[in-house]
Amino acid sequence: MSAIEKNKVIVNDFVVRFANVNGTGSASANYLFTKAIFRMGVFVTPKNIFPSNIQGLPTWYEVRVNEKGYLGRREGIDLMVAVNPQSFAKDVASVRPGGYFMYDSSKKLHPEYIRPDINYLPIPLMQMSNDAFTDPRQRQLFKNIIYVGALTALLDIEFSAIEGLLADQFKGKEKLIAPNIKALQLGVDFVHKNFTYPLNFRVEKRDLLKDWIMMEGNAACGLGAVYAGATVAAWYPITPSTSVVEAFSEYAAEMRVDEKTGKNNFAIVQAEDELAAIGMVIGANWNGARSFTATSGPGVSLMNEFLGLAYFAEIPTVLIDVQRTGPSTGMPTRTQQSDIMEAAYASHGDTKHILLFPSTPKECFEMTAEAFDLAEQLQTPVIMMTDLDLGMNDHVCPPLVWDDKREYKRGKVLDAEALEKIAKFGRYLDVDGDGIPYRTLPGTHPTKGSYFTRGTSRDEYAVYTEDSGAYQRNMDRLIKKWHTAQNIVPAPHLYQDKNKHKNGLIFFGTSTYSSEEAMDILKEEGIFVDALRLKSFPFNKTVVDFIDQHEKVFVIEQNRDGQLKSLLMIELQANPQKLISVLNYDGMPITADNILNQIKKSLSLSTPTVKAN
Amino acid sequence: MTYVKPKFRHPELPKNKLGYSVDYYEGALSTLCAGCGHDSISAAVVQTCFEMNIEPHRLAKLSGIGCSSKTPAYFLSNSHGFNSVHGRMPSVATGANLANKDLIYFGVSGDGDTASIGMGQFVHVIRRNLNMIYIVMNNGCYGLTKGQDSATADEGSKNKTGHVNLFEGIDLSSLAIELGATFVAQSFSGDKDQLIPLIKAAIKHPGFAFINVISPCVTFNNNVGSTKSYDYVREHVEATATIDFVPEMTEIITSYEEGSLKTVKMHDGSSIELHKLAKDWDPLDKISAMNAIQHAKQKHEILTGLLYMNPETTELHKLLNTSDRALNSLKKKELCPGSKALVDINAGLR
Repeated sequence: MSAIEKNKVIVNDFVVRFANVNGTGSASANYLFTKAIFRMGVFVTPKNIFPSNIQGLPTWYEVRVNEKGYLGRREGIDLMVAVNPQSFAKDVASVRPGGYFMYDSSKKLHPEYIRPDINYLPIPLMQMSNDAFTDPRQRQLFKNIIYVGALTALLDIEFSAIEGLLADQFKGKEKLIAPNIKALQLGVDFVHKNFTYPLNFRVEKRDLLKDWIMMEGNAACGLGAVYAGATVAAWYPITPSTSVVEAFSEYAAEMRVDEKTGKNNFAIVQAEDELAAIGMVIGANWNGARSFTATSGPGVSLMNEFLGLAYFAEIPTVLIDVQRTGPSTGMPTRTQQSDIMEAAYASHGDTKHILLFPSTPKECFEMTAEAFDLAEQLQTPVIMMTDLDLGMNDHVCPPLVWDDKREYKRGKVLDAEALEKIAKFGRYLDVDGDGIPYRTLPGTHPTKGSYFTRGTSRDEYAVYTEDSGAYQRNMDRLIKKWHTAQNIVPAPHLYQDKNKHKNGLIFFGTSTYSSEEAMDILKEEGIFVDALRLKSFPFNKTVVDFIDQHEKVFVIEQNRDGQLKSLLMIELQANPQKLISVLNYDGMPITADNILNQIKKSLSLSTPTVKAN
Repeated sequence: MTYVKPKFRHPELPKNKLGYSVDYYEGALSTLCAGCGHDSISAAVVQTCFEMNIEPHRLAKLSGIGCSSKTPAYFLSNSHGFNSVHGRMPSVATGANLANKDLIYFGVSGDGDTASIGMGQFVHVIRRNLNMIYIVMNNGCYGLTKGQDSATADEGSKNKTGHVNLFEGIDLSSLAIELGATFVAQSFSGDKDQLIPLIKAAIKHPGFAFINVISPCVTFNNNVGSTKSYDYVREHVEATATIDFVPEMTEIITSYEEGSLKTVKMHDGSSIELHKLAKDWDPLDKISAMNAIQHAKQKHEILTGLLYMNPETTELHKLLNTSDRALNSLKKKELCPGSKALVDINAGLR
């Protein structure tokens, strides 16, 4: 082993990356590692970097451990756990100088992978597993558990935390615990015998997380839909959104089956495609059930026509867009925030849609519930803009909260009694002056309230018309409704009571973690900025003021074209000279370093240079 | 043609059991071409619902896009209607039905709307056995875009411009049977006597009920050489046809003499009388139905009547084991697990 820096011990601040072959059971072993750190009360952020494949290709799992609560990705790998010879070249290269490379030494490491500036931790994982276990599948699986055991010793992870997790995991199948413990112990013993441990970076137990939970955003969206009272879910499988409806299905099976009859108070249909999925959602919402679908960019593309119908015919619609790297099929298992423009203006003609930008699983839960309220109040599509990073990675966040006093906001729906009191029902009449008309549900009243829903132009009484005046009145009312929406969608979060600095940051969704971290580092370096986190579209006056009150506004987002910046320019007529894009579009979650570099570069470039004349 | 529908009705129009006269079941004035087969089908729907004592507001009309899909505006104005997007009515109907199982879902589509752009949804709504009536007003052409061939146009059929269709026509009825539909019928827009009992049976059928109605396009596909013209259809239906009334540019109404007659018990105990069936035809037998369709095809005949039916059918709600109550009637109490359940969920995530 080459030189280990022994001079400085780093506690709770490092990155471990696992390099595995997908389909070999590594995911559960790696999860065990993350969850153990979580249970030790320390902030931990895992990122799955997986292929669009089921078995045999390289897959990585990166875990950042952090004491300060920074939950974004960090560049620079302190310890690489390399179990996949296919990716050794890349894996060796990605370790920071002075970092560690743990590998399966059952086979000799090729000399080309020897770097003088990093440390090697050879463990004959396969050999040890083969010696200890006989079943071929077990040999494969426990190879992973052995390295988890080794890591507990190297990083000072409490063995009891892992034991507790195994006990939870195998509740009812207790006989599986012993071989797991055996494998873990093999790893521990090997480290004790062969290496200096713990390493100079390690975990120390803390109580930083209090009552926090660890959850995937997609599961939180699915649960949010259950709490919001969604009864009809229609969907078409697409990564990375699939687990939204899977979670809805699991939670509904637990909590939405009538105890007396054994029947489901929900219906889930796997549609033939995304077009049918959104069609079903629109049909169900039209008929008074709360209904939603989840998809990703390619699905949103397919849903465009129907979204236009829902906008124009004014039908509540909830769509959860778990964004992935586009365009086209793009990188289907990588993250991006690149459906902003497509979602904001989905469909032909003059259309615009409500967007929500959650940034944590807790917000996924809350905003999904809110999406149903907004969709029904505004009678229009509401699109949740989450992404692969938020949806499919575990995130630590405060616990989910539900107020039992909260009532569903079902919007302006006339029942039979209300219809009796009305002389003439006009589906598209702006009775209240807020642009939101009243609707009726099929089957309500024998003689009153029926109307013909259509995507073609109609008058205030839902009668087909090609009269220009009637068409234009309707389009103007839809804009009035849009202005009403501005004041009821979730307001942006301002990081300061009053905007006071020259420069500001705007960010949203999963760019939040790294943006906040970048702000802290800037502050440490004496560069002060104001910040605003967007939670929704349309934008309200707070956003207008924020841009007005700053000389420069850095718009941080994860796409190539600065889509949110464009939206700010289009919708708020924000001065393009003021808005500076800070972008990341390589498919990996944005890092604080990346943000810092771009901001600093821009600030130094704009510093006026004094020229001698 | 007048654009104001006369409101006057004979004061002594007969009333049905609900106390409604037939005009209560009508819709807005049709804007389709005079003589369009679709208007006859609309009239049959009105008559059917009147005779069946259906509360119009307990029925929802759904359609896609095209001439046929306009027709829900022309019947049952006291029903909610949904003119959705091209070829996508089945998905909207599926969602609507899932939300409230207690209404009748009446879908109207055309041959373009179903056999081309909507083929995927047509296929899958059958597969799911959605409890609905699905009528295709089939004229073999795209009327609203001025007469292009549709996918149900027969190979060799000539349209108004003299263009001969090169491609095999899709037989929606055979396809529906193949896909597992448990009620498949075929009729002719001019044959109201047959169409009304078929629609009645379709409404009663507790699953997906498909009726393919040949409905000639008087404007673009009623020429010599077309296999969907009034003349051709009249000459090629299996039974003898008599023409009631054929003034130029008015609706053509055809009525058949009684042919062979068979009674099939419906699931709810009512029955349907079937006309013009081939001798060795058992509408309850899928293979016999498929054979008869193929034989008729060989002879260039257009079969009408109930082609296939299985009264024992399991519709989507049963397959999904949904609540006996309409999902759209469930309240927060039944839907929201509340903060208490969240305590356990949070605990499970630590």
